[in-house]
Amino acid sequence: MNIIRKQLDKIREPFEEGGKFEQYQPAINALDTFLFVPKYTTKKGAHIRDAVDLKRTMITVIIALIPALLFGMWNAGYQHYVELGQEPGILEAFMHGAYKIVPMIVVSYGVGLAIEFFFAVKRGHEVNEGYLVTGLLIPMIMPIDIPLWMVALSVIFSVLIAKEAFGGTGMNLLNPALTARAFAFFAYPTYMSGNKVWVSEASNVDTISGETILGALAGGKEVAYNTASMFSGVIPGSISETSTLLILLGAGVLIFTKVGSWRIILSGFAGAAAMGLIFNALPSLGVEGNALTNFPWYQHLIVGGLAFGVVFMATDPVSGSQTNKGKWIYGFLIGFLGVMIRIFNPAYPEGIMLAILLMNVFAPTIDHYVVGGNIKRRKKRLKTQPAKAA
Amino acid sequence: MQKFKAEQKMPTDLKVKKGLNLNLKGDAERNLVKLDLPSKIAVKPPDFYGTVPKLIYKKPDVYVKAGDELFYSKYAERTRFVSPVSGKITAINRGAKRRVLSIEIEPDKKQEFKDFGKANPLELSVDEVKEKIFSSGCGAFIKQRPYDVLANADDTPKSIFISTYNSAPLGPSFEFILNDKMEDFQTGLDALTQLTKGKVYVGVDKKAQSDLHNVKNAEIIRVSGPHPAGNVGVQIHNADPINAGEVVWTLRPEDVAIIGHLFNTGEYKPERTIAITGNAAPDHSYYRTIIGAPVAFVLPEKVDDSKIRIISGDVLTGEAVEYDDYINFYSNELCLIPEGNTHRMFGWLPFKDNNIPSMHKTSFSWLFPKKKFDVNTNTNGEERALVVTGEMEEVMPMDIYPMQLLKACMVGDIEKMENLGIYEVIPEDFALVEYVNTSKINAQQIIREALDRVLLEVG
Repeated sequence: MNIIRKQLDKIREPFEEGGKFEQYQPAINALDTFLFVPKYTTKKGAHIRDAVDLKRTMITVIIALIPALLFGMWNAGYQHYVELGQEPGILEAFMHGAYKIVPMIVVSYGVGLAIEFFFAVKRGHEVNEGYLVTGLLIPMIMPIDIPLWMVALSVIFSVLIAKEAFGGTGMNLLNPALTARAFAFFAYPTYMSGNKVWVSEASNVDTISGETILGALAGGKEVAYNTASMFSGVIPGSISETSTLLILLGAGVLIFTKVGSWRIILSGFAGAAAMGLIFNALPSLGVEGNALTNFPWYQHLIVGGLAFGVVFMATDPVSGSQTNKGKWIYGFLIGFLGVMIRIFNPAYPEGIMLAILLMNVFAPTIDHYVVGGNIKRRKKRLKTQPAKAA
Repeated sequence: MQKFKAEQKMPTDLKVKKGLNLNLKGDAERNLVKLDLPSKIAVKPPDFYGTVPKLIYKKPDVYVKAGDELFYSKYAERTRFVSPVSGKITAINRGAKRRVLSIEIEPDKKQEFKDFGKANPLELSVDEVKEKIFSSGCGAFIKQRPYDVLANADDTPKSIFISTYNSAPLGPSFEFILNDKMEDFQTGLDALTQLTKGKVYVGVDKKAQSDLHNVKNAEIIRVSGPHPAGNVGVQIHNADPINAGEVVWTLRPEDVAIIGHLFNTGEYKPERTIAITGNAAPDHSYYRTIIGAPVAFVLPEKVDDSKIRIISGDVLTGEAVEYDDYINFYSNELCLIPEGNTHRMFGWLPFKDNNIPSMHKTSFSWLFPKKKFDVNTNTNGEERALVVTGEMEEVMPMDIYPMQLLKACMVGDIEKMENLGIYEVIPEDFALVEYVNTSKINAQQIIREALDRVLLEVG
């Protein structure tokens, strides 16, 4: 350890104050602090500090994402071979998926971190760890066959417009990963929807049935999967959104470590269930409904991106509601609106992305009213004060 | 939110739920060592935040008695600052812009006291009590909320609060410090009742059985719960919250006894009991000396302050002092912890280094609530933008949104600060927030600067 440290200190020399590359210090710091927690001591205020830091928090999210990511790699390969009418081995399927997905992750991190480093050097602040999570999330919510340059463009758009334009980490209004997906969705719709994009190299096969469950429902077709496969995730879809089981495992990690808000996750599922139940109740009210409205409410929770969105996207503390009361409202409305958009808009049955982005915009408003309650209590106290004194 | 629950008539109970008890190595042991006078003491005007001192003696080599005036506050002239001992002024040290940093005094062998007159405060008029307290130097013990500055003798506070429950990590026990000073403490309380139209509240530790539960002429609040339950701010917030335009005074327990001693004997004799705490401290006794004693007087063994941080005050709110410096005016504690200027490889990995205390569940240290943790001054990470939400609320037992208030303070939006409760807090109320914060922001400094700004513009 000492040898590495000494080497690092030597490498750092030209980057220190007064050195040749002084202005690039944030870049070397980002690399250095990835190996070592810095030796900074408290200068003001409390003389001791908690062991937690933002790096630790962000790495915890990545750990929570890994099961879904690995499953996504396997499932991508599995769906591919099944479409070809073959039965692949586990490793074979996994390698096929990894061959597609690893380059996407490399591009996403490469492009995104390059922009982050650039802004850190330009603005003279440290590189924030937020992109470690965003950069992994972006490939995980893309269709498997999306060209790498589209991934790169989506990353550039989201980091520049959704994040840096608002002042960088901690200031953004919208979730950057979802903004990247929304950009790709609206800019390249043919690559982001339909029945040819969800299974790897599906467009090369003529007789294809590789559409998502929600796509099938919107098209008025029979759903070819049972609840168990929907839950386990052996279905076509965006790379890591399919396995509710492993997403819940990730949710477990987030909730146990308190890195993700259990309030948002719980109320998100509750909101989706509530909307599903409302639509399921239509036949008993004499309204016939359609395949989407009659889709059982509990299946709404386990298909499409709902689980992934609620667990990993809605819980983003920066773009979400910041007060505990607000988190309940924010999460509930995401689930509620997500299912509503999904049902009402057959052209785009996956509504959870739009629901989260919409609620990102409304999160500050929700907080405004929650905090307003506190302000009202304080003002009321002031009004009753003279009466008490008299 | 905690409810202020009336049990029969008195005393009232305050049960705090939110907060965090930090279990650290190096608690003080209940062993009181009474020391003679040090060979040198100092009165440091910077200890009195916001006070602009006007010196009585511009040059050293003057003899003063204990209780003789040294300087007064330029903007609150009734608040006089006096010498804690009789002796010779040996130096007046000034810093940049001729700011007075300290007045050093060499105590005489035989102490002489200025006579302020023995009196029962309950038999004096309000003005007489006030005059006695503020002219004898005891005004320096009274702090005002909002703003955390010295009280102004021209104000009449709506209530006065004293918290004898010390919930701060490694905090010395006020029950122990006051054990042999209860008579003075009671007289001090009697005097304080004259200064307010409202009540004098005394917060006591519900669990610790002591004479403090039986003091008279004051409203007892029996406090229980984790830190910051012992912070006087939490008790004010629940018992008699501060609204815009209102003033509450607060005192530290030992200082009430000093005021009591003044009335009981007519002498200003500011004894200070200092607990030595922390995992780098050579011993952990309580030392009784005089206010303004040098650090070296209670730590005779030389401490290398480049390797060990000496904190005058508690580990969350105190101020770092050097070994050849003097103990701060208000401190009842010198806390010694090692400096943490070392690298930790891969220290950011979750569940690594569980020997560092953490409130967060990304470390296993919460599994050991009984363990006494070794701490140092490492920040355990770098400062970042505020990202994580919900953590500050967990250690803020007031009906205040800490993150929203901090953000209002950062942007300097005074109306928003007022709405969110800036008048109810002082920096120490944000010490735990600062400790647990993932982004390592200096919350106490943000609150201090915001208070200065509001004071300047609202007054």
